[in-house]
Amino acid sequence: MAEKVGVYVCHCGSNIAGKVNVEEVAKWAGENLQDVAVSRDYKFMCSSLGQKMIEDDIRGEGLTRVVVAACSPHLHEKTFRRACTNAGLNPYLLDMTNIREHCSWVHRDMDSATLKAKSLVSAAVSRVKFQEPLEPTYVDVNPATLVIGGGIAGLQATLELADAGYHVYLVERSPSIGGHMAQFDKTFPTLDCSACILTPKMSEAGQHENVTLLTYSEIESVKGSVGNFEVKVRKKARRVDYDACTGCGICIEKCPRKVVDTEFEAGLGFRKAIYTPFPQAVPRVPVIDADSCIWFQRQKCRACEKLCPTDAIKFDQEDETLTLNVGNIILATGWKPFECRDIPQYGYGRLANVYTSLEFERLCNAAGPTNGKIVLRDGKTEPQSVAIIHCVGSRDVRHNEYCSGICCMASLKFGHLVLEKTKANVYSFYIDMRTNQKGYEEFYQRLLEEGMHFVRGKVSEITDAARMPNEQGKLIIQCEDTLMGRQRRIPVDMVVLMGALEPQSDAKEMGLKCGISCSMQGFFTERHPKLDPVATMTDGIFVAGACQGPKDIPASVAQGAAAAARVQGMITKGKVMVEPVVAKINEEACSGCRICNNICPYNAIEYDAERGVSHIITALCKGCGTCVSACPASVISGAHFSDQQIDAEIEGVLWDVIRPKSAVVSAN
Amino acid sequence: MSQTNFEPKIVGFLCNWCSYRAADLAGIARITHAPNVRIVRVMCSGRVDPTFVLKALSLGADGVMIAGCHPGECHYVDQNYKAMRRYHLLKHTLHAMGVEPDRVRLVWASAAEGQQLAEAIDGLVADVKKLGPLGWSQNWEENGERLHALEEIINEHAEAMEVHA
Ligand SMILES: Cc1cc2nc3c(=O)[nH]c(=O)nc-3n(C[C@H](O)[C@H](O)[C@H](O)COP(=O)(O)OP(=O)(O)OC[C@H]3O[C@@H](n4cnc5c(N)ncnc54)[C@H](O)[C@@H]3O)c2cc1C
Ligand code: SF4
Ligand code: SF4
Ligand code: FES
Repeated sequence: MAEKVGVYVCHCGSNIAGKVNVEEVAKWAGENLQDVAVSRDYKFMCSSLGQKMIEDDIRGEGLTRVVVAACSPHLHEKTFRRACTNAGLNPYLLDMTNIREHCSWVHRDMDSATLKAKSLVSAAVSRVKFQEPLEPTYVDVNPATLVIGGGIAGLQATLELADAGYHVYLVERSPSIGGHMAQFDKTFPTLDCSACILTPKMSEAGQHENVTLLTYSEIESVKGSVGNFEVKVRKKARRVDYDACTGCGICIEKCPRKVVDTEFEAGLGFRKAIYTPFPQAVPRVPVIDADSCIWFQRQKCRACEKLCPTDAIKFDQEDETLTLNVGNIILATGWKPFECRDIPQYGYGRLANVYTSLEFERLCNAAGPTNGKIVLRDGKTEPQSVAIIHCVGSRDVRHNEYCSGICCMASLKFGHLVLEKTKANVYSFYIDMRTNQKGYEEFYQRLLEEGMHFVRGKVSEITDAARMPNEQGKLIIQCEDTLMGRQRRIPVDMVVLMGALEPQSDAKEMGLKCGISCSMQGFFTERHPKLDPVATMTDGIFVAGACQGPKDIPASVAQGAAAAARVQGMITKGKVMVEPVVAKINEEACSGCRICNNICPYNAIEYDAERGVSHIITALCKGCGTCVSACPASVISGAHFSDQQIDAEIEGVLWDVIRPKSAVVSAN
Repeated sequence: MSQTNFEPKIVGFLCNWCSYRAADLAGIARITHAPNVRIVRVMCSGRVDPTFVLKALSLGADGVMIAGCHPGECHYVDQNYKAMRRYHLLKHTLHAMGVEPDRVRLVWASAAEGQQLAEAIDGLVADVKKLGPLGWSQNWEENGERLHALEEIINEHAEAMEVHA
């Protein structure tokens, strides 16, 4: 029996109708395309009236297939599938073709856009006839969640879920949770003390009955899919027994080995070989860094072991691999600082009193290496003038094109701290001031009033080569002041480089493990930049905080909470639908050549040696279709993307050039 | 046909996850580009069977674009590498068949690269315009002999076009 196809061409107001003659497309389809029973155009197909039109035709006209030519299926395929279901038609008997994003919005000429729209409709009509009814499967959602990264974004997500009564595994790579916020002194724009607002959240996460904290741990692999992920986590050897340690800190105090702390103290301070990154670390359990420990290097010492009151030191502890079963994963791996040495003309690493922004945070911090005194590298001289350079590695085509978003505000914060703590003059060298969040512009005004100097222009060089007497012994900032319209040389004692926020160096690798992609810059890609900022293209994987793009603390917290809410939604629903888009082997016809066996990225294809045929494990198949195109005998079919369907689509899309059917090369 | 009026017909196989969304993004951002590429959605560039390409050309298309996620970013781990290997083999096959290999192009476009995809489309359209119409379909006589020969070639190359993991 011939199929009865209904074609619905959407105007989308004037979004489509402005460039595509939709009435003509609908009329043409009704008159020229085979098996089209009804063909209509309508102002807004996605409106309830538009949907009702489809439902009524399915019931009244007995449609067996539906084609909607409108916007991207990524936006409304679900809407129209639902309409089909409502009217009793299997939702997989619908095809949506995109004549808005792919056509009316990108073409200038009405005739060619209309011709293209016809081709796309023709393709959909010819394809839809080969579509088959499919039944989605449902799987239970494991209510446990994995949060990767214990910065403020990850902490927020963890606590939201744990407080709602769900179990969370929080995996953090460093020995303590807290992230970058733990390094800061004050936070803009309110200047509240960072530790005061962060540490309560850290200890709450550390003590929460619903949280399993896995610090000093890394993700090895992620398998499975939404609802049921199996995650392997490598717990690195702390060499301190987690349960026995009381966190008394005697070992740290007595350890004779002191090394420069390049992580938490950004190279300005020291730590011991056995250490916690900072005093309020959660957990309080220290780790032994084998690279600096005297015992691991020279088989001497063991002071910590002798002095530990609970015998918690375990030199022979080894890495451990744990397997976690979770339903959803939230990635909150944050950012890493730009390497300021990559701009050699700014002199970082060569000129002693040029600092990175993180170093400066530590200088300002009352718990930092100078107890919060802003002094030069000699450890005692207070600077008389400080220059803060914006956009170091940001908004610069040679490094990162994007704006890091927070540096203007952090510069103002630094300006305030310098003015508060010293008598120094502060200069900010900016390209544009970007202070567009709640309370930010007011903070800028405040700094203008406090007397911070603002010079608009990109700094070309920082040098210690004095030309004038007043430049002797100073760092000279060479820049073009674009407001004054002339070159200036400003001598200062100290320079702070506001380096860009960059993606973590292993972001790509992490994305690959979780099956999500990164943008060109290397930040995780969200499902939709505006409407779905914390979900990703992979169901069950969410992103929050600076790993999705540079952002401040309020935005990171908001995303952490949003991701948690999304996960809670999944848990409450209890089940998730799995698209029935999978491959199947016609085992009768399989020759057993095994070409498909190794090609599947999910090892979903098994070889049954007894019967000499290959077999697909449906639960593992994700429907990429690679095996379908690889099978030399053409006996693998991909549901919803079968050879027949794609062949028909190719024929349909070329309706205006196609030659007699008899001479068509059959694919396969 | 005068070359200036020649509007090539090109079939574009775009993977669902990156390149199809790049085309969506080009739309959202109103990045105008040539209307000659007609898009067929596949789940992954790895789904693109070389015979789809040959089929499109034999039906009268003047060119084919295959677009997928960047290497390392395929939604299905690494199937685009398989697409890449097939693509190079396919180019040899096309050459052997007397079709200019430049009519078929593999491009990578992430979901954030609407601009790049639009440029790639314009680039391919311009290049195919220079090559002129393929008119492959007009080359078959009615008794289907040459067609038969083509099918033979495809079958011969079928094994060669298999890519192993
Ligand atoms: C100098 C400076 C000053 C700033 N001052 C302010 C301010 O005053 N106010 C404000 O609002 N914002 C400020 N910011 C911005 C602020 O740093 C970010 O908004 C915030 O750090 C983002 O939090 P996050 O949790 O996303 O990332 P992070 O703080 O970077 O935390 C990420 C965590 O994930 C962990 N991690 C990373 N990779 C892995 C992995 N593979 N496996 C396991 N764990 C991993 C990290 O160890 C880290 O603990 C400032 C930024 C800079 C550079
Ligand atoms: S054994 Fe290593 S960690 Fe322990 S006290 Fe000695 S140097 Fe420090
Ligand atoms: S369609 Fe892809 S995921 Fe499914 S069995 Fe084939 S190769 Fe594996
Ligand atoms: S999903 Fe885009 S190339 Fe595989």
